[in-house]
Amino acid sequence: MQWECVIGLEVHLQLATQSKIFSGSPTTFGAAPNTQANAVDLAMPGMLPVLNEQAVCHAVKFGVGIGANVNKRSVFDRKNYFYPDLPKGYQISQFEAPIVGRGSFEVLMEDGSTRDIGITRAHLEEDAGKSLHEDFHGQSGIDLNRAGTPLLEIVSDPDIRNAAEAVAYLKALHRLVTYLGISDGNMAEGSMRCDVNISLRPEGSQTLGTRAEIKNVNSFRFVEKAIHHEFERQADILESGGKIVQETRLYDSDRDETRSMRSKEVANDYRYFPEPDLLPVVIDDAYIEAISDSLPELPREKRDRFSAHYGLSKYDANVLSDSRPLADYFESVATGCGDAKIAANWVQVELLGQLNRAETVIENCPVSAIDLAGLITRILDNSISGKIAKQVFEAMWQGEGSADEIIAAKGLQQVSDTGALETIVDEVLGANAGQVQQYLEADEAKRKKLVGFFVGQVMKLSKGQANPKIVNELLVKKLV
Amino acid sequence: MNNSSVAQLVKGLRERQYSSVEVTRSYLDRIAAMDVHYNSYISVDEAAAIAAAEAADKRLAAGDAPPLTGVPIAHKDIFCTDGMRTSCGSRMLDNFVPPYDATVIQRFKADGAVVLGKTNMDEFAMGSSNESSFYGPARNPWNTELVPGGSSGGSAAAVAGWLAPAATGTDTGGSIRQPAAFCGITGLKPTYGRVSRLGIVAFASSLDQAGPMAHSAEDCALLLNTMAGHDPRDSTSSNAATEDYSSRLGDDLDGLRIGLPREYFSDGLDAATRQCVDYALQELESQGAILVDVSLPHSALTVPTYYIIAPAEASTNLSRFDGVRYGYRCDDPVDLHDLYTRTRGEGFGEEVKRRILVGTYALSAGYYDAYYKKAQQVRRLIKQDFMNCFDSVDIIAGPTTPGPAFALGTKSNDPIAMYLEDVYTLAVNLAGLPGISVPAGFVEDKPVGLQLIGRHFHEAQLLNVAHRFQQATDWHLRSPDFATGEQH
Repeated sequence: MQWECVIGLEVHLQLATQSKIFSGSPTTFGAAPNTQANAVDLAMPGMLPVLNEQAVCHAVKFGVGIGANVNKRSVFDRKNYFYPDLPKGYQISQFEAPIVGRGSFEVLMEDGSTRDIGITRAHLEEDAGKSLHEDFHGQSGIDLNRAGTPLLEIVSDPDIRNAAEAVAYLKALHRLVTYLGISDGNMAEGSMRCDVNISLRPEGSQTLGTRAEIKNVNSFRFVEKAIHHEFERQADILESGGKIVQETRLYDSDRDETRSMRSKEVANDYRYFPEPDLLPVVIDDAYIEAISDSLPELPREKRDRFSAHYGLSKYDANVLSDSRPLADYFESVATGCGDAKIAANWVQVELLGQLNRAETVIENCPVSAIDLAGLITRILDNSISGKIAKQVFEAMWQGEGSADEIIAAKGLQQVSDTGALETIVDEVLGANAGQVQQYLEADEAKRKKLVGFFVGQVMKLSKGQANPKIVNELLVKKLV
Repeated sequence: MNNSSVAQLVKGLRERQYSSVEVTRSYLDRIAAMDVHYNSYISVDEAAAIAAAEAADKRLAAGDAPPLTGVPIAHKDIFCTDGMRTSCGSRMLDNFVPPYDATVIQRFKADGAVVLGKTNMDEFAMGSSNESSFYGPARNPWNTELVPGGSSGGSAAAVAGWLAPAATGTDTGGSIRQPAAFCGITGLKPTYGRVSRLGIVAFASSLDQAGPMAHSAEDCALLLNTMAGHDPRDSTSSNAATEDYSSRLGDDLDGLRIGLPREYFSDGLDAATRQCVDYALQELESQGAILVDVSLPHSALTVPTYYIIAPAEASTNLSRFDGVRYGYRCDDPVDLHDLYTRTRGEGFGEEVKRRILVGTYALSAGYYDAYYKKAQQVRRLIKQDFMNCFDSVDIIAGPTTPGPAFALGTKSNDPIAMYLEDVYTLAVNLAGLPGISVPAGFVEDKPVGLQLIGRHFHEAQLLNVAHRFQQATDWHLRSPDFATGEQH
């Protein structure tokens, strides 16, 4: 049987705030255990939560950013369960009245098509602490530094059909939230964690199958692998006549498998009820409008503008708008050199290639946008060839100076002087009399090939500095 | 100075008739001598109290003395006190020493008051008799066979027995007013949000409110001046302006409209208690107040509504007591489940466990709509009843309790009978209103309380009415024999 995979994603996004969502403790990553947990985070008796307004602002930014319905009145609820890293015995979350209601956003899929993925809701909540099971000789350690970190849980509709779409969705989401500046998007530090809800149904069926929830999948690659694995697992069960158990599963990246976890807690009754220690969050149109006005250009707008304004393909525009720093870099290069297409090509091929090889990011790029624009300008004014330019770029990357400095220092200036080039052309023709004879007897197609050969010889002799356009002209003139 | 009101102590200290150390010492001595009979204190730190008194005396001498400088005040053991055990009447917190002060304590310290000690209470403020305390019941100074009421029973007993000039309490369903009535003192529950809840061990967050307990409305006003005010660290605290709660104590009652809810004068009310209340109302009428019959039609739903909402909130507020970070932990837990179940099984008393179970049930899937949600809807109706009355009257009056203090042990095995003790006080918390209990006579040598209920944030008016009543009566000046050694 052909199975269709139905996937919904719950993304826990850590919001970029200085302090926690309900206390004044800092949210800095990596501090010594329990050094960033105050009396509120420790749930000491009598302590009370106070809402961090910045978290609300970030959530509203997200809502406005995806064109969702931002709820003017949202309510915090208590989600009750016992666990040692949950100090109060309940998590403050939003259940019935989340801050962000229904919305959707466009995702560019791998094949270049776009899909609107529905967003069911997004709500504010606090993170739990961490239980550490190693190094405590059979006991467990608790680190509450993370307890109370603000999270925005973004719940998608079950609109996703395969692993590639899930990854495309997550990448688009990651791009959006970093554009908005509401999260640092640092996956390695857990700033974006994902629960995957997945079920199978026969191709063409409209009813949903029983789903499994895979918890805490923390990288794009693991999401992909976890979905592949879970698809196979469920398909095997269904095809052998079995039934899927609704349960929470854990993806084990070491073994590349999912396995059942907390089966006892699946039937957990969280006893949600409105948090009496906090007032409902009430915001007005003016607040939403002010935030809306403050939003930067968002990825989709930027991509569309890059296409329209610079005449780039959708694919190129998408790559170049991947992050705000990259997009800004590209725009500086394009403006600086005056040719957006060559700028786009250089940024995508040479620059991103170097960044990848160096395993670094655009923010740490050793070649400034102005310098890259300067290099491209030298290509455009025929001072150097594209091939020499790559050599110059390499030197720029090594910090040897600007394009002009390197060209001058290494004598890489392109030779366009007809007299000088004629000498070399003559030398090449003289040394390859056989090929000249062939040329004179050949048809159009073969001639082209032979001209390429002569150009190559001239370039070799000139150490790549000959202007190939002029060399071409000279050859055609002389080969009659 | 021994049986002086707070107002008199403030004056006496300022005029250097005596020092704070002398006043504090005399109270500490009385506690040492008498509290064996009342069990009104859980913790007394003599050295800290004397040190604070010495500091107060320096401020008085320097002329740099805020309003309550040098006045010793007892605090219910539900207020966290920096460096001093805060047990909340429970084995669970028997070893708990907070590293911070509740906002109320901070404010008293800032205004120069001396922390005299921490008073006995029903465990986690759950009870109406003080019998659920891990430290044994406090006793009523008027008759130590009687309960002092609860849950702020220790504070009421300490004030009534002159083991403190005044005290703080908290009131979730009557826990200030009922013990004040039983012990013949004055106790005010302010409007919800008037006094910060930060640092008060939470029972039911939407109902808890701290207030003063003293010998007179005048003294309560002095304490409220210190306690009231917005606290940015309590999101439910009100930023409505406070006022000088003493400033209106001279207002006359001419034309004041007092509503008498017929539901508060019906079958359940003890006849002799009713007579005391009627006399008190006549006194107010004689001062120019107009008595008006009103109705609170949803009164019959008050007790069930309260006993859904309060336990529901309590059931999750008390989840933090899990033996992991502080407080009681069972011996040698074999695993996490064992740690939780034995810690909580051993650390909590019966009434607390009963309410956690009731509250957990009320919030459970499948029951939430029928219980918690319904109770919240009824709560709005109860509040609306009061708002409707306040369209036509200024304050509402009635008995604080259905009868006077009962004997220890008579209701402790009958939770429903115990819950009915608060039948007249619960609705005030559900509606978030201010209420005060004022001594209004005796039934067989047992004090009776008159309850006055005001509009939201009208504490000054409420205190004024109570004060005018006390200007014309002397019930609040009477003391039990044991306390004074004199005949009353």
